[in-house]
Amino acid sequence: MNSGILRQMRPTFVYALLGVVFMFVAPNVLQLFTIINLTTAIALAVLALSLALIWGYGGILCFGQVAFFGLGAYVYTISAINFGGSTWAILMSVLVTSAFAAALGYFIFYGRVSDVYLGVITLTVTLIFFSLIRRTSGPEYKIGNALLGGFNGVSSPPINLPWNTSSFLFPEQVFYVAISALILCYVFVGWLVNTKFGRVCVAIRENELRAELLGYDIRAYKLGIFTIGAGIAAIGGVLFCNGVGRITPDVFNLYNAALTIIWVIVGGRGTLIGPVGATFALFYLTSALGGQTVLNNNLVLGVILIIFVLLVPKGVAPTIIDRVNARRRKVPTRARRRRSSRAEGTQ
Amino acid sequence: MTRQRGDVVVETRDLCMHFGGVRAVDQVDFTLFDRELRCLIGPNGAGKSTFFKCLTGQLVPTSGEVLIRGQEMTGAEPFQVASLGVGIKTQVPNVFDGLSAEENIWLSARRWHGDARARVLTAETIERLKLGDIRRTLVGRLAHGQRQWVELGMVVASEPWLVLLDEPAAGMTHEETYRTAELIEEINKTSALIVVEHDMQFIRMISRTVTLFHEGRILMQDTMEAISADKRAREVYLGNRA
Repeated sequence: MNSGILRQMRPTFVYALLGVVFMFVAPNVLQLFTIINLTTAIALAVLALSLALIWGYGGILCFGQVAFFGLGAYVYTISAINFGGSTWAILMSVLVTSAFAAALGYFIFYGRVSDVYLGVITLTVTLIFFSLIRRTSGPEYKIGNALLGGFNGVSSPPINLPWNTSSFLFPEQVFYVAISALILCYVFVGWLVNTKFGRVCVAIRENELRAELLGYDIRAYKLGIFTIGAGIAAIGGVLFCNGVGRITPDVFNLYNAALTIIWVIVGGRGTLIGPVGATFALFYLTSALGGQTVLNNNLVLGVILIIFVLLVPKGVAPTIIDRVNARRRKVPTRARRRRSSRAEGTQ
Repeated sequence: MTRQRGDVVVETRDLCMHFGGVRAVDQVDFTLFDRELRCLIGPNGAGKSTFFKCLTGQLVPTSGEVLIRGQEMTGAEPFQVASLGVGIKTQVPNVFDGLSAEENIWLSARRWHGDARARVLTAETIERLKLGDIRRTLVGRLAHGQRQWVELGMVVASEPWLVLLDEPAAGMTHEETYRTAELIEEINKTSALIVVEHDMQFIRMISRTVTLFHEGRILMQDTMEAISADKRAREVYLGNRA
């Protein structure tokens, strides 16, 4: 089986390797400003990866994936300020966010809430966070030593070396951490979707009743993938507040919630590289558009979304994969058939 | 008759399923013995499929009890029924359209076995059901009869001791129907079966004992010959077809 999984994961390793090459080349070629910017894009790519997992493979349309992303960032920041170091803060961030997702998911999946309401509930939770944290500007809103700061947010302590609170990482080093985290998360998710757990989740996406009639407890599987997705989103959140240097309630706003969905739609559900690539593409498109004043930024993004939904409904990556497979099938099938018939002839 | 030989594997006591004022299943006492092959027939709306759904956990009965191997399963989730080792095929083919036929069957085998055994079992099932040509085809692209066979493959691959089939021959060609009957005979060597069916010819091919439903109740239970000869049965069901 292990060899089977490795074969299935071959494309994952190829993209991961490209990521490693990029990690070593980029800081030598690009300017520091670009690298810092890139760290933010990478954090968002981790967020996109988490939604690609739970929506693209688990079939759970979570409209509030940014809730876990933002929660992860806030828990990291508050813990890091209180602990005076980042090591435990990162662990706290992932654990608290996963636990929160598990509790929320328990009521959703064990209550058999339908897909549409799942989207509504997750979006509502996101917007509740948004309104709640915006109102925490007074000095009375503090957790330990950390002031929540209302809509100005909190400035996030940078990551330090494990258990060495005096050696903070420089922005360029944070870039290495971020891209390593993205690559590791990417390989992890690529592995997960090829395990029994992942394959059952895909089966549940395809047909819930059939999966149940085979004897799988779909509620447990959905809760599992939802919780793992939230944990990955939290890692994205930790990277994000490190890239930007602070975390504000704006992370929870409707625009960001929708943007996450757009990355996955444009990149393509059912693939991992698609949403990750789409995040980088749209991030830099938004930056480029920010430099001009002719067109409204959101208008362009909206048009892109409409174009993709109408013309490339499956998203970029699946469309390309289908094209390549179709071409590959057209020519060599005949050759393969000839070869197999020849093999039969010699027997 | 052979049926007294085995133990009771499925039993319903006073089972009722009401939808508002409609008594789809009304006070049904039903018993199935081990290794038995039982067909449920009846005109449209007789309550066979509703009864079937109460057995599989797709519907929670209004009152009464469902016991499977003596275990109280009334209102259980479908996965709990399946987890007892029950293979279920629904009326509308329920398959994983976006996955290959092989993956469909693997998912069934893997529920019960480790990875190595599951792969062997998948290969055996594909061989047994002659699905080799469509192994790698997405099930969504297959013809209706082939999808039915993939679903039967999933049932077989789980090596069930009790099999519940809702209209397994629906929409199949004559030859496919014949092969399905053969497969059911083969499954019956190791497990008990309940088959809900409309196709009378198909029932004649496989039947031992037939339970005739009418207006939510069991009207009679006998061999197909006896039912065909019975006047009441002809009135409610067979008469409609003649």
